[in-house]
Amino acid sequence: MLSFAARLGWMLIALGLALPALADEVQDAAKLLKAGQHRQALDLVNKVLKAKPKDAQARFLKGLILTEQGNAKEAIEIFTQLTKDYPELPEPYNNLAVIYASQGQYDRARAALEQSIRTHPSYATAYENLGDVYAKLASQAYDKALQIDSSNTAAKNKLSLVRELVGRPSPTVVAAAPKEPAKEPAKPPVVAEKAKPAPEKPAPAPAADPSAEVLKTVNAWADAWSKKNADAYLAHYARDFKTPGKETRAEWEKNRRARITAPKSISVSIAAPKVTMNGADRATVRFRQNYKSDVLKSNSQKTLVLVKSDGAWKIVEEKSG
Amino acid sequence: MRLLLALLLVFSVGAWAAPTPEDRLSAVFEAIEANRLDEAMQRVDALIQEHPNFRLAHLVRGDLLLARGRPLETFGNVAKTVPAEKVEGLRNEAFARLRALRSRPGEDRLPRYVLQLHAEQKHVLVVDSRRSRLYVFANAQGRPQLIADYYVTIGKNGIEKTRQGDQKTPLGVYHVTANLPRNKLTDFYGAGAFPINYPNEWDRRQGRNGYGIWLHGVPRDVYARPPRASDGCIVLSNPDLESVARHVQVGLTPVIIADEVEWADAASIETERKTLAATFEQWRADWQSRNTDRYLAHYSERFASGGQNLAAWAAHKRKVNGAKQWIKVGTSRVAMFRYPRERDFVVVTFDQDYRSDGLSNVMRKRQYWVKEGASWKIIYEGAG
Repeated sequence: MLSFAARLGWMLIALGLALPALADEVQDAAKLLKAGQHRQALDLVNKVLKAKPKDAQARFLKGLILTEQGNAKEAIEIFTQLTKDYPELPEPYNNLAVIYASQGQYDRARAALEQSIRTHPSYATAYENLGDVYAKLASQAYDKALQIDSSNTAAKNKLSLVRELVGRPSPTVVAAAPKEPAKEPAKPPVVAEKAKPAPEKPAPAPAADPSAEVLKTVNAWADAWSKKNADAYLAHYARDFKTPGKETRAEWEKNRRARITAPKSISVSIAAPKVTMNGADRATVRFRQNYKSDVLKSNSQKTLVLVKSDGAWKIVEEKSG
Repeated sequence: MRLLLALLLVFSVGAWAAPTPEDRLSAVFEAIEANRLDEAMQRVDALIQEHPNFRLAHLVRGDLLLARGRPLETFGNVAKTVPAEKVEGLRNEAFARLRALRSRPGEDRLPRYVLQLHAEQKHVLVVDSRRSRLYVFANAQGRPQLIADYYVTIGKNGIEKTRQGDQKTPLGVYHVTANLPRNKLTDFYGAGAFPINYPNEWDRRQGRNGYGIWLHGVPRDVYARPPRASDGCIVLSNPDLESVARHVQVGLTPVIIADEVEWADAASIETERKTLAATFEQWRADWQSRNTDRYLAHYSERFASGGQNLAAWAAHKRKVNGAKQWIKVGTSRVAMFRYPRERDFVVVTFDQDYRSDGLSNVMRKRQYWVKEGASWKIIYEGAG
């Protein structure tokens, strides 16, 4: 649960930035929590809530403190109520899921995370957590298939192993299921969509070809991401980049920085890119993004819209799916 | 018109049973193939809800869940270190089930073994060991008609049982000898058991031994077992065993166990049946005619029965037949099955009504016929 706990802490920062009107006391309580002074943090946040019982940040923080204290029952109550009062916020769903997962209630965790993603399709933390939860659920299903007792300690140790495996680079075999076999024995289809291996890095193209230039930029962007070089990564985004949802540019940058720096390792590669030029200075690139980190592996469709200004291509829009 | 439609609907609902768990699993695979993964998940969840002991369904569910986070490397992508044969058993079950569902025998294809059923034999069971499949044929005016087929488990070491403890399933033509209901058995045998007559006369003559080959169900905690997992028995899931049980007549229902079933068209089977029926009739007529030379010409040099070889048999028959003023031989309830694997080898079972001026008796008989050169000869004859 270590990584879950770490991501819980994260959430606090994220929310703090999302809601800048944070009361001083709540900020102090957050600091106390960070310092591991749970009791003092709780006292302070309770004081705030006495004056402002509806205060979302204070309630959220209280949920975090209770979680850290191992008071799952009350923490669940708080986060559940927050999801009802603020169904558009992904964080309470995510944290609910983290608590459910820590209790081994992976089906509930999954439901909460799916909800979190529904409210915020680009919410990376929920995706990462969901990846873990799916792996756990899969492990439980396999245990049932093989009649292994999931409750014993050995199985638990192996469970955490599964999570590490998720981020381990592995060959992306995965072919679509065979069609009606003629003479050959039928094979059960392997689940998952057809994934093409990422192509070798394209050779530097002559500058005259604008779509090659665009592709080069996209590869450089993926490269910066893989190197966890947040500055280089963010430099690929245009000043007028459309941030998702209601995030300000500052919030968005902060979140992206966190997303890039949090995992121990990241590897991003681009597969099957398709560049469409919309005039000489605007291009749309669709590709499959193979993302691997120590915590998550995902393969998704991505679209970037780039615009050329001052001789350089910059991202103005980013869409997943 | 509307009434007719309504009637049709009622009829078809009655005629078509609800989809089996295997059908439903197949629908899950179809959804996966079409990349409708959410639908696949819903289907497998519903299947598990109803059949929580269907381990293969859990394996597929595991894959569907895992695939949401990462690409899969294989079917049954179990990450834990588990004995390989456990996963392999489930994979093989999936292969066997899918293969059987997707390559069903054509409408006009019949098992070559079933030459003739007699009127009281309502059904015949044919096992294809390689496909892990048991086919149930109804007797439609003497001709087999496929009505159902089921996934089965056979011996750990395959087929062609020869020795006690070899964990193989016998290959041959047998019949059900008893019906052991659930309450007479331990949970291991599940919904019931039907012993078969292994070793039969031919097996014993070949020196094969062992005993206790049954068709039976599975323990409560599993829905099915891997394709090769028994000690030689033929194992069906409990609902499947219950379905088969409805068609089983103790002492009558043939169980033909083949390596890989040979399928043929009705016309060529009928040609063979006619030839054999004519030869069999000739044997009867020659016996009745008291022309012992012609009668004995139906027996093979390799003939043996209960310690008698051909010479002893011939001497005995010459003595008996020669002393008769008249003989009448009637045959009825004749069933004829070609033996799997053996080359031109047929088992004929019939009621023999023997009358003569000295002795009359009625008995159930069994003969094994082999083709020697161009003609069919009896290699064994005895009470059946």
